[in-house]
Amino acid sequence: MSLAVTAHPAALRGEAAFQAQRRQRRLSSLLALAVLAVCLLLAARISEFYPASLAAGLPRVGEYFYKLLPSLQWNALLSGAGTEGSIAFWFYRLDDWAWLLLQTSQMAALATLAGAVVALLLAFPAARNVAPARWINIATRRGLEAARTVPEIVYALIFVWAFGVGPLAGILAIFIHTAGALGKLFSEVIENADLKPWEGLRASGANWAQACRYAILPQVMPNLISYALLRFEINVRGASVIGFVGAGGIGQELNLVISSNYYEEISAIIVLIVLAVVLIDMVSERLRHRVIGSAAEGH
Amino acid sequence: MTQADIALWQNRLPRAFGPTPAVKALRWVAGAAFILWLGTLLWWFDITPTRIWNGLSGLAVIVRLMVPPSPGELWMDILKGMAESVAMAFLGTFLAALVAVPLGFLGARNIVTVTLLRFSVRRLFDGVRGVDQLIWALAYVRAVGLGPLAGVLAIFTSDMAVLAKLYAEAIENAEKKQSEGVIAAGGSRLHAMRYGVLPQVMPVMLAQALYFFESNTRSAAILGVVGAGGIGLQIAERIKVRHWDEVAFIIILMVITVGVIDYLSAKVRKRLIGVRETPVG
Repeated sequence: MSLAVTAHPAALRGEAAFQAQRRQRRLSSLLALAVLAVCLLLAARISEFYPASLAAGLPRVGEYFYKLLPSLQWNALLSGAGTEGSIAFWFYRLDDWAWLLLQTSQMAALATLAGAVVALLLAFPAARNVAPARWINIATRRGLEAARTVPEIVYALIFVWAFGVGPLAGILAIFIHTAGALGKLFSEVIENADLKPWEGLRASGANWAQACRYAILPQVMPNLISYALLRFEINVRGASVIGFVGAGGIGQELNLVISSNYYEEISAIIVLIVLAVVLIDMVSERLRHRVIGSAAEGH
Repeated sequence: MTQADIALWQNRLPRAFGPTPAVKALRWVAGAAFILWLGTLLWWFDITPTRIWNGLSGLAVIVRLMVPPSPGELWMDILKGMAESVAMAFLGTFLAALVAVPLGFLGARNIVTVTLLRFSVRRLFDGVRGVDQLIWALAYVRAVGLGPLAGVLAIFTSDMAVLAKLYAEAIENAEKKQSEGVIAAGGSRLHAMRYGVLPQVMPVMLAQALYFFESNTRSAAILGVVGAGGIGLQIAERIKVRHWDEVAFIIILMVITVGVIDYLSAKVRKRLIGVRETPVG
């Protein structure tokens, strides 16, 4: 109480200003919340996210995921594929699935390799610092942008028409998307490269391609390899679902078992995909660290 | 320096004049193995020049039919599908971000000290994260039927796990001093979380959620391919009946919408948190 009585006018002014500011902030956050609420309601209405359909749907979701669980039995867990309730019975088509997983990973590997090669060739003209001409630079940039903005699966849908059902359509779809995405990353790495070797080579009479090869490439190679490996990890995931539209790999099989409601096979395949993805991620991460590590030692 | 000198030095320091025979042999073997691998794959996937050529000529026909892009007669459906995709992404991300906050606290080392609980929560995130969004969508379509609800649930599920992991990491990286201060001033552990940790991690969380909204508009656009509503359904249907001009129109619309959403989201992000750098998930 005494504080209020003896307060200095300046303190009072400060207090008033503080209160006014606080009111304003409250008002603006209330406004933001109102906008958010309107957006949410609108989104819920458009996407048919009604309480009634949700209440009807959620128990079915629980039921569905419960059905996916394998009926394993403790005492039969490790016995052969003939006994119901064993792990071997759950994965009874392991050889087929392992083969499909290998196919999927090789699709991703081939698409990543081809995409990285094309990206490497296009990254030099797409990098602003070494591009031979402005119009070439802009043209390559737009081209790479177009290649990466269209989702893989849309390419796959179209390619299945042109190239027929099978892995080739999937590989090409992943390849185009990868070339676009890696081309951008590669050109950014090149833009950050030191230009002194480039100037030296150009001054001593090297042509454009030679300067790219001997001045820029040795500097950026470890980074490029690391990005390509990262992309390979992403592409393995992509390749495992691209089969949904008929473009080969384990996705085609998964789509089949999901639409035929072979519940235990669904969970078995998903477990296998997750394991394979985790394994490939781990190996590739090791490799990436080694590539980057050797580059750091070299400098 | 004469030829003899060079020969002498080459004899003395062979490594300075090129790789050793062993390295050379290894390179040859690696090269041969690579060619062999490539050849095997080309044979396995039946990639032949004639097949590529036939496919490319088929593709040329398709591209020619795509020009000029046209919205077709059912352009209202296309617009509706696009709105549905954006709405799915928005709702899915919002719900995921909301649920991820408590889950993130559960998965953070400095909050939950019971190792077993934290460990199992984290492994659960990893498992959910390992399953692709499209697989979730396919499963939800089976469970709740065709339509955008399946898409919202798919986005929600897969993003919840990733966001929870990122949030847990943000919480672990938060400065400890603030929560110690709250505890020292007599606050409970809940108070410490609310007033010590949350204000620090809130901007990071918001930025991550907005990033995810951006990337989800891209993925929501394709979830419809497996029947989970949105523009993907429209594009898959039109590809089935080979209305290529409408397909081209939808692709262009998708690209533009994603660009607009990216732009808007970047603006909001800057206003909410300033121009600080946050790691991309």
